[in-house]
Amino acid sequence: MSKPRTLFEKIWDKHVVMQEGNNPAILYIDLHLVHEVTSPQAFQGLRDKGLKIRRPDKTIATMDHSIPTTPIGAPITDKIAAAQIRQMEKNCQEFGVRLFDMDSENRGIVHVIGPEHGLTQPGMTIVCGDSHTSTHGAFGALAFGIGTSEVEHVMATQTLLQRKPKTMEIRVNGKLKPGVTSKDIILAVIAKNGVAGGTGYVFEYTGEAIRSLSMEERMTICNMSIEGGARAGLIAPDETTFDYIKGKPHAPKGEDWDNAVEYWRSLTTDEGAEYDALVELDANELTPMITYGTHPGMGMPIAATVPTPDEVPVGERFTLEKALTYMDVEGGQPLLGKEIDVVFLGSCTNSRITDLRAAAKLIEGHKVADNVRFMVVPGSQKVKKQAEKEGLDKIFMDAGADWRTAGCSMCIAMNGDQLAPGEYAISTSNRNFEGRQGKGGRTFLASPLTAVASAINGKVSDVRSMLSE
Amino acid sequence: MEAFKTLDAKVVAIETTDIDTDQIIPAIFLKTTSKIGLGKNLFSHWRYNENGSPNEDFIINKPESQGAQILLAGDNFGCGSSREHAPWALMDYGFKAIVSTSFADIFRNNSLKNGLLPVIVDEETHSQLMSLAMEDPNLSLSIDLESQKLNLPDGRAVEFPIDEFSKTCMLEGLDQLGYLQKQLDTIIAFEAEYGDRVNTKTPA
Repeated sequence: MSKPRTLFEKIWDKHVVMQEGNNPAILYIDLHLVHEVTSPQAFQGLRDKGLKIRRPDKTIATMDHSIPTTPIGAPITDKIAAAQIRQMEKNCQEFGVRLFDMDSENRGIVHVIGPEHGLTQPGMTIVCGDSHTSTHGAFGALAFGIGTSEVEHVMATQTLLQRKPKTMEIRVNGKLKPGVTSKDIILAVIAKNGVAGGTGYVFEYTGEAIRSLSMEERMTICNMSIEGGARAGLIAPDETTFDYIKGKPHAPKGEDWDNAVEYWRSLTTDEGAEYDALVELDANELTPMITYGTHPGMGMPIAATVPTPDEVPVGERFTLEKALTYMDVEGGQPLLGKEIDVVFLGSCTNSRITDLRAAAKLIEGHKVADNVRFMVVPGSQKVKKQAEKEGLDKIFMDAGADWRTAGCSMCIAMNGDQLAPGEYAISTSNRNFEGRQGKGGRTFLASPLTAVASAINGKVSDVRSMLSE
Repeated sequence: MEAFKTLDAKVVAIETTDIDTDQIIPAIFLKTTSKIGLGKNLFSHWRYNENGSPNEDFIINKPESQGAQILLAGDNFGCGSSREHAPWALMDYGFKAIVSTSFADIFRNNSLKNGLLPVIVDEETHSQLMSLAMEDPNLSLSIDLESQKLNLPDGRAVEFPIDEFSKTCMLEGLDQLGYLQKQLDTIIAFEAEYGDRVNTKTPA
């Protein structure tokens, strides 16, 4: 019998084209996702070298990062962004790449549209010039972010030079309590393991709590693997995965479907296979989580108090002091009850239809507090359309929220959707770095449920108190 | 890319750990379609005041930091987004090497593909270097890539790790794409065996 292998090893082995001596392996790429911000220099590189895209049939492009979330057809007032968008259209036309352009009903955040169209499938290798490509690992695909040089490499050869990473099992036992979500799981993982804990590793999330999650909840977890330092995060595919993919435009059909599912069922970590490291968490003990600082590892249970610099290891003290000063929060004090200015529901972490449904259900019949600007940005135009069909847009607008068109929006604040200096936001996105949501802006990362509860109360709130009412 | 063999240069130190690529080059400057000219926006949020004037308290803006080509930074440098604009901005500003106890994976890969050398040192060496840089704003260090040595002012030479492939590419200024292109026949043969997965052009 062959040596037991992890899920990661199975996918890796299948995609290694060759490896010479101590050189990195040449890894074959099944799907290349492209967006307007990290691709122009790669297209130009091809042009300068007289190269073509080798496999445009394995490449797909969208516009998400720098585009406005104002209604379709409204002029793009940012001239530099407009030029970048025009360049994207030109590049895709010249190189024969299918593009979901500004007017396309398929347009959306790159990590929302892949799964939505059934392009993301188990066992694949998927890359994109975007660190949150780890999202697609929720399907049991090896998916990771790459730089623009590597974007060019994939365009030119459909391969990448890669060193084999190590594997870390993130085992989440038990069951989540009401009000606690998959976002809280991943924030807890990163708070425990640190923002660099996963450097050099691929995570595989296992355990009862992970198994019971829906696909979209799993995507939230894998999405933030990179915030824990891991370029990729995997969840072995199961019936939940197959049900989600079935019937999507690019999903296999008929006999191809049966063959695909048979193969996908083999994509699990074999009994006896060994990971290089293990992190274990008990879902029963988790509460809603919130970040207090300026990286996603600075997170805590919502009812906890912010740590003081003398509570952390010496090497982290300076950075924590700097973070607390930037955030203007005090060590030793709770965040609960702190007034906020903005709530952002969106991003490749939490902008899918199930996120919007959960948020709408909670806000229905309530009003957004007077001191809060609540922005809801669906992950794709398809998500937007579905939400409108279900009347979710109306629920959000009746509550006083701003209902936008799809895009990355305030998660990366490239398009004018941003915080003013000093403003506090509760954000369902993935990064609370200094200035990430606008220069001087302060971000508390949390789940959609925590975001809604806080929007209603106008201050950082524990959603569990709303659920018991 | 430009070859990197040796470097003897002034050091500027930023003690902060986990410096993310949003600090190195904020997203607002990613609307460009070019690789050049990003240096003026390096560390923009830290470097400039609200009114656009230089923040004189920020180390990079101090007169004694001018001309520095080695950045000494806290652990886990370059975490966050995959933007290659981060090494482009650092290099456009004038940095040629970054010294830290660790680097985020994607940033490290991106740097090596642009001729920006990530130098990993142990914690003790790092804190010694930090103290030296705080005491002496004109601290200089020399780096020899061939022997993988970082030479400290006290005469000690510290070896740093780098894989042979990246090292050769750095020493010779080679674009890694060239290596992949040489293997195209093998890639094509692999594809023929492998069979197609999804086709992005047409639904299944």
